[in-house]
Amino acid sequence: MKAAVVTFPGSNCDEDAFDALSRCLGVATTRVWHKETNDFSGVDLVVLPGGFSYGDYLRCGAMAALSPIMQSVSAFAERGGFVLGICNGFQILCEAKLLPGALTLNESRRFICRDVVLKARFVRSPWNSLLGQGAAVTLPIAHGDGRYWIDPAGLEALEQKQQVLFTYEKNPNGSVADIAGICNEAGNVFGLMPHPERAVEQGRKIWDSVLQSVRSAS
Amino acid sequence: MKAFVTVFCKEAVFDPQGHALAVSLRQIGFPAVKEARVGKVIEIELSSQSVSETRASVQKMCEKLLANPVIESFKFEIKE
Repeated sequence: MKAAVVTFPGSNCDEDAFDALSRCLGVATTRVWHKETNDFSGVDLVVLPGGFSYGDYLRCGAMAALSPIMQSVSAFAERGGFVLGICNGFQILCEAKLLPGALTLNESRRFICRDVVLKARFVRSPWNSLLGQGAAVTLPIAHGDGRYWIDPAGLEALEQKQQVLFTYEKNPNGSVADIAGICNEAGNVFGLMPHPERAVEQGRKIWDSVLQSVRSAS
Repeated sequence: MKAFVTVFCKEAVFDPQGHALAVSLRQIGFPAVKEARVGKVIEIELSSQSVSETRASVQKMCEKLLANPVIESFKFEIKE
């Protein structure tokens, strides 16, 4: 399995993601700068890391979504490549329209940095197939703009198409329907606010789900 | 030529900043305040000579970057 971690100006979890993949999980991982274009040939997983790309100016992830590398990420996603967006990466995926909805300012207006309990809402390969439906995972969150929003029709579609992969047990930020992470309709693009790269052992079943899916596909 | 773009969160999206402001305004002696919303104004200076061209171009800027149609609405004025 091969992975690539994209760095935008202002990313600050790119090294954590790189370490989680390469050192903790033994995955051959490369770093990619946002100004590059890259055909990601031979790459199974592209990670958009957390942080504050472009200083969160205008809207979180808005400017990063227009970086040259995002055209490569879109093309990679279109041909079925696995894309994981964590925190700011999730915001970027929504802004790039690779995922529906948007992330907005936490209801409390505070930056929240602590562990939260997540529940696997729907179980889908490759992201959480090793978890049973309803299984709990504890992961850290660290965000000021983590309140997921989508209109009622969009929410219904997410539920029907089983795109809600994780919900918060206790909603920390006011997200609609307690949503912590969603995937696209095809299931190959996944965004979540919590940080599995900061707690590899706690999030082991998520990582192992991805590793197992890639290995069984190749 | 200048464009003044105003971006607001859609009514359906809760605006925590605006809500906090409304609470503060009531606390400092403005009990008539029901609710407040915080938006953004973006001032853009352009070299274009034609108002209609500028209008078309600013419309595209809003759609492409300045506003996110999922959660925001926008309007703009052009001043020569």
